[in-house]
Amino acid sequence: MSANTIVHAEVHVHRDDIGARLGMWLFLFTELILFGGMFIVYSVYRFTYPEEFHLAAQELNTIIGTLNTIILLTSSLTMAVSIVAIQKNKISLSLFFQFATIFLALFFMVNKYFEWTAKFDHGIYPGSDTLLNESSGQILFFGLYYMMTGLHGLHVIIGIVMIAFMMRFTSKGIVSYDNYVKLENTGLYWHLVDIIWIFLFPLFYLIS
Amino acid sequence: MDKQDINTEHSHGYGIYVLVWLGLLALTGLTIAVAGMNIGGFTIATALIIASVKGYLVLAIFMHLRDESMMFKVFLLVAAFFLIITFILLFSDYSFQ
Repeated sequence: MSANTIVHAEVHVHRDDIGARLGMWLFLFTELILFGGMFIVYSVYRFTYPEEFHLAAQELNTIIGTLNTIILLTSSLTMAVSIVAIQKNKISLSLFFQFATIFLALFFMVNKYFEWTAKFDHGIYPGSDTLLNESSGQILFFGLYYMMTGLHGLHVIIGIVMIAFMMRFTSKGIVSYDNYVKLENTGLYWHLVDIIWIFLFPLFYLIS
Repeated sequence: MDKQDINTEHSHGYGIYVLVWLGLLALTGLTIAVAGMNIGGFTIATALIIASVKGYLVLAIFMHLRDESMMFKVFLLVAAFFLIITFILLFSDYSFQ
């Protein structure tokens, strides 16, 4: 009787990883709508002011943009393989890849910092005198640039915090080879941040 | 055993992820190369097509969508459908007014 109860308790684990992942996907859809709305604003203004957008985009540093694309794609790889490592119960390897993801994300943000401060030095920031003297199309371009890459950067920072939590969970055994849905959902979030950048990069850096 | 089968189903080797990463880097190079060429209105179309292919690779492989059940794919299609509808309706209004 008691043996039966134990078996019964083992079969009915109070866990639903599919539900957890589906919940994460539903959240990601709200992110899609959030950024999607901005992409709509971008496309309408680009349609209205094509020349101004081309002119304004020449101010952007394509080399930093390309570098950050490579960094973010690589961080998506390290995130994905950290999950493979935990599936194979290689805890230190998974921790190493999670750390590598954080490192690359910080690298991305450092580049962003230099990119933005260089623009500030040229007097290009929302509401600056230099910018307000330009055409309305250029003002809109930089408004969208700061808003969209800024919101994306905020997501990168949130991602760093999330992965840092996952490193702690992994080292404490809360995330393990047979229970890694938290790490997987963090990965889903991180890859979405990557996808958004995949679209931001050509639309802002490659139109001059 | 039961929980293991339900909750931890998909495990692939590292290889596929490295391959996809290389593919993504190659496509990034292609986007930059195409942006350098002067092909007029096709430039933005090509950039968006390449970005969509990259997005698909990330969704299918990195985000494990190919291993998920049909429900996940249908959910994503519904979300994407409404986003695309919003774009189409807005542009059909905006272009002809």
